Amino acid sequence: MLDQIEEVVSQANAELQNISSFEELEAWRIRYLGRKSKLTSILRSLGDVPISQRKMVGARANQVRSILEESYSSRKATMESNVAVSLEHDKIDVSLPGEPFQIGRIHPTTRAINEICGIFSSMGFQVAEGPEVEWEYYNFDALNMPPDHPARDGFATLWVDYHTPTGTRPMLMRTHTSPVQIRSMEKTKPPIRIISPGRVYRYEATDATHEWMFSQVEGFAVDTNITMADLKGILFEFVRRLFGQDRKCRFRCDYFPFVEPGVEIAIDCFMCGGKGCRLCQNSGWIEILGAGMVHPDVLRGCGIDPEVYSGFAFGMGVERIPILRYGIDDIRLFYSNDLKFLNQF
Amino acid sequence: MKVPLSWLKEYVDVDTSSEELAQKLTSAGLEVADIKVTGGSWDKIYIGQVLAVNPHPNADRLSLATVDLGTRQLTVVCGAPNLTTGDKVAFALTGATLVNGHTGKVEELKPARIRGVTSEGMICSEKELGIADNHEGILVLPQEYEIGKLLSDYLGDVIFDIEVTPNRADCLSVMGIAREIAALTGKPFKMPDLSYQESEKTVESMVSVEIQAPDLCPRYCATAIEDIKLGPSPKWMQDRLIACGMRPIVNIVDVTNYVMLEFGQPLHSFDYSQIKGKKIIVRRASEGETMYTLDEQERKFTSDILLIADAERPVAVAGIMGGLATEVRDYTRTILLESANFSQAAIHKGALALKLSSEASSRYEKGLNPELTYYAAKRATQLMARLGAGTVAKGIVDCYPGRTEKRPVSIARRDVKRLLGLDLSLTEIEKCLRSLGLECEKPETGVIYAFKPWWRNDINCTADLVEEVARVTGYDNIPLSMLSSSLPTGQGSRLFAFRQQLREVMVAMGFQEIITYPLTSLEVLKKLSAKSEIDGVAPLKLENSMSRELEYLRNNIRMGVLSVMARNQRNREIHIRLFEISKVFIPRTRDLPKESEILCGLIDSVVPDIYWQVKPKPADFYFAKGVVQALLARCGIYADYLPGEDMSLNPSRSADIIYNKMKIGVVGEIHPRVLANFDISEKAFMFELDVDKLFTIAGKQPVYKAVPRYPSLARDIALLVDAEVTYDKIVTALKKFNIISEVRLFDLYEGKQVPEGKKSMAFRLIYQAGDRTLKDEEVDGIQKQILAFLSKEFGATLRS
Repeated sequence: MLDQIEEVVSQANAELQNISSFEELEAWRIRYLGRKSKLTSILRSLGDVPISQRKMVGARANQVRSILEESYSSRKATMESNVAVSLEHDKIDVSLPGEPFQIGRIHPTTRAINEICGIFSSMGFQVAEGPEVEWEYYNFDALNMPPDHPARDGFATLWVDYHTPTGTRPMLMRTHTSPVQIRSMEKTKPPIRIISPGRVYRYEATDATHEWMFSQVEGFAVDTNITMADLKGILFEFVRRLFGQDRKCRFRCDYFPFVEPGVEIAIDCFMCGGKGCRLCQNSGWIEILGAGMVHPDVLRGCGIDPEVYSGFAFGMGVERIPILRYGIDDIRLFYSNDLKFLNQF
Repeated sequence: MKVPLSWLKEYVDVDTSSEELAQKLTSAGLEVADIKVTGGSWDKIYIGQVLAVNPHPNADRLSLATVDLGTRQLTVVCGAPNLTTGDKVAFALTGATLVNGHTGKVEELKPARIRGVTSEGMICSEKELGIADNHEGILVLPQEYEIGKLLSDYLGDVIFDIEVTPNRADCLSVMGIAREIAALTGKPFKMPDLSYQESEKTVESMVSVEIQAPDLCPRYCATAIEDIKLGPSPKWMQDRLIACGMRPIVNIVDVTNYVMLEFGQPLHSFDYSQIKGKKIIVRRASEGETMYTLDEQERKFTSDILLIADAERPVAVAGIMGGLATEVRDYTRTILLESANFSQAAIHKGALALKLSSEASSRYEKGLNPELTYYAAKRATQLMARLGAGTVAKGIVDCYPGRTEKRPVSIARRDVKRLLGLDLSLTEIEKCLRSLGLECEKPETGVIYAFKPWWRNDINCTADLVEEVARVTGYDNIPLSMLSSSLPTGQGSRLFAFRQQLREVMVAMGFQEIITYPLTSLEVLKKLSAKSEIDGVAPLKLENSMSRELEYLRNNIRMGVLSVMARNQRNREIHIRLFEISKVFIPRTRDLPKESEILCGLIDSVVPDIYWQVKPKPADFYFAKGVVQALLARCGIYADYLPGEDMSLNPSRSADIIYNKMKIGVVGEIHPRVLANFDISEKAFMFELDVDKLFTIAGKQPVYKAVPRYPSLARDIALLVDAEVTYDKIVTALKKFNIISEVRLFDLYEGKQVPEGKKSMAFRLIYQAGDRTLKDEEVDGIQKQILAFLSKEFGATLRS
């Protein structure tokens, strides 16, 4: 029995010298020190050993066990320190620049449109879009602006050179997104709740605050029992989701031919808190939306009875949102597509 | 519209602060853009009199003016053309705060030497004083102003600068604003007395009026003033004109301007002696008829133009400008005063056709109530009499073919509730309307019949009345509610979401979204073609383009994207990946253009060469194609790529993207000629996809396929085939074996190691069975069949 023990010791020690990985070391531990190891089975079978030898064999077995345990620990420690040393050699300069990954970005106008439409979508508005080249009828006449209407002067229009064989049907670059109101109401019966983003065009000399192409979002709802109180509620909620819960809102009378009563919505200036500064042109308020109750003539023109239905409509300039938010001082930057500008958002 | 507070106070008592008043007006729709306290910064500006005007020794256009300030005389250099000895002027001493006439900035007046002469101050224009924008010459003050007094003693006032919306032409007047203030503050409006002394001689005996175009001229009123004595108007009138930004000229002109400011009605004076045949005829011009206008221009008319004529000839362009022949002059003895109403459309067309606009025409274009003419005629005539400008003939000639019956507009409690969500009693509603001067009748219970007052033109339906109620009640008092109406069923466009999905995939692949202008020029469009031709049908042209560069509607978006790349390369940007999703406009007959949405991607081949590790590989055709494939895969689309012809692409390195025999886009290397045209320095790769087509195809939901439960087996084979055999053909052939789940090309070789005219293609084939674990022997067998098949089809052999 003692021979067996000695054999285990010499074999174990020999094997331990050749171990190079932690997996092998663990296998070694199980082999020689585990519950199914030879040493364990020797200790378990001590009952078969003659009484005279039992004590000696037992003592030796236990001694060998602690020797092996010590060898294991010291081998493990050596290996761990070897690993540490070898990792030490792997040391790199973590301050060196990483791979120059290029990420793309969504244009700030698109982002703003998505944000605005997202807010209104959550309030039950659905996205509809209309053509950028429009008939004069949809852009003006159906919106209560017949030819020679004074409000048309506010929409410097780019006209398309288009002649029909029979008379004229003037075509233009839409000056606002409001034609979508007409197109939607012609197609759909109330209840209607639409949000419509898109590009619009004006005959305009460009400067830091004027651009001939810009974007608008138009929203409108038509049904029985829609009031200006609803318009106020919806827009107030929108403004606070877009600009923060602390924003104050001002509703004042304004004129747009296709609504009556008309409203202009301003928020208190977030630069100066309403005291007056350069951003709000000293008024304390920043105008962001035009709105109102859809004019009865407009409803009627689309085959909707204004005695039964009412509706509200609102429109806003999109670029204004990032301009205000990021402090952009020149609207021309949006569509000059300088990557040094676009990379910032 | 600039309105002095002092003038407003003539018609309404004001006991609120200017700020509060401005806030009330703004809330009610009359936005007060600015409140200017004139005189507040005029502590160094005095009344002076020009004693002498001498030429500047060193400058032809400048003069030296000696100005008497009472206690002393100072000499200044002045460039104004209207500097006259004896005139009273506003004189600023150095240190005064003035508006710079050129830059508009507020500055302190510094001592100056101008061409060698020291200037001891400045004679001011309206602009320099901050009263108005007028900067042509200096402001000449009424003679009554006392030399040496502060200017603020005379002209200090609070001026409201009000932005009047186009529907409220009545508020382009002091009385109009005063009426609003009265309604908003609950004060009564005080209408001035309009009576005056008349002579025995009647206007009817002097002139008759005939309106031949009643559709364009609803009403024409005229009075006559004889024994005209021209002279300066009194100080109070001059003060007000100046405060409103107008220059006093001479009494009869000042009166017409004053009444226009007061009532909002344009007026015109004719020299009566020049009116032939004692007749005024309002008629359309005959084609080609001509007349000299007050600005000494000969005008030629078309039949659209409305004219005021006498028995023989035109004497004025109605509502736009008077004629030269009947202009009031020094020798004028009798004037005929016109107060007329013209249709807004007529004046709008006329002003546009003649490219002529005036204060009068811009007022007519907004639409005036014909009732206004009578009151304004009376007021102007009264003022002429009061100023001693002449003797007033008896009566008013009033030709009023456009008289309409007074039509009431009804309003009930329900209307206010339904549109505003505000529950007001009928009494409250009536009070609002009456405060604005509307007459109200209650012929039946629960409804008010309201009549618009003579000065308003914009109250025609119930909604208009509701707005009036809202304005007086205050928009702030309308409650807040969230929509309670039912949610509509699906009306929304899914294209919007699809487009956004495309954008997100592009961005994830490192592309920057750009947005370019849709207008361009034929020159730029030609640059897109290697042959300098316009592709397809001629693009739509604008009728009124802003410049030659922005004359045509684009029929593609690549020109914009290419230009953006070129511009950014000039800014030393490298490794550029751009994309845009925008519309192109394809002309159609008898319809709006077809607006197709295109996604265009553009990739340069310049890589950053300063990275410290291994440099990235420059992009090539396959990079661009990889982007397209990934994008399409994200939409569940697997397309074919066939050699294509595209005007902007290198014919050897471009492909049409085909799905189900339909071309959905192109991908390829930009043609070197096109690169040069756009001044792009290195190779670039482009793709275009038709978003509308992708949307239609991608509409299908992906169908779930079971995830393989058994292991697959991989085998590599290297094939030797003729050089012309395309990858596509081999893969299609391999895919015929259902047991092959995937084919990956991992090596392509042409060159010395293989025979001439041959190429070697190495594939890894992934074998996969859905119901069992494949064994080597089985796959070996299948692979033999495959090789035999490829050998038969393409003469392919295994490369040893």
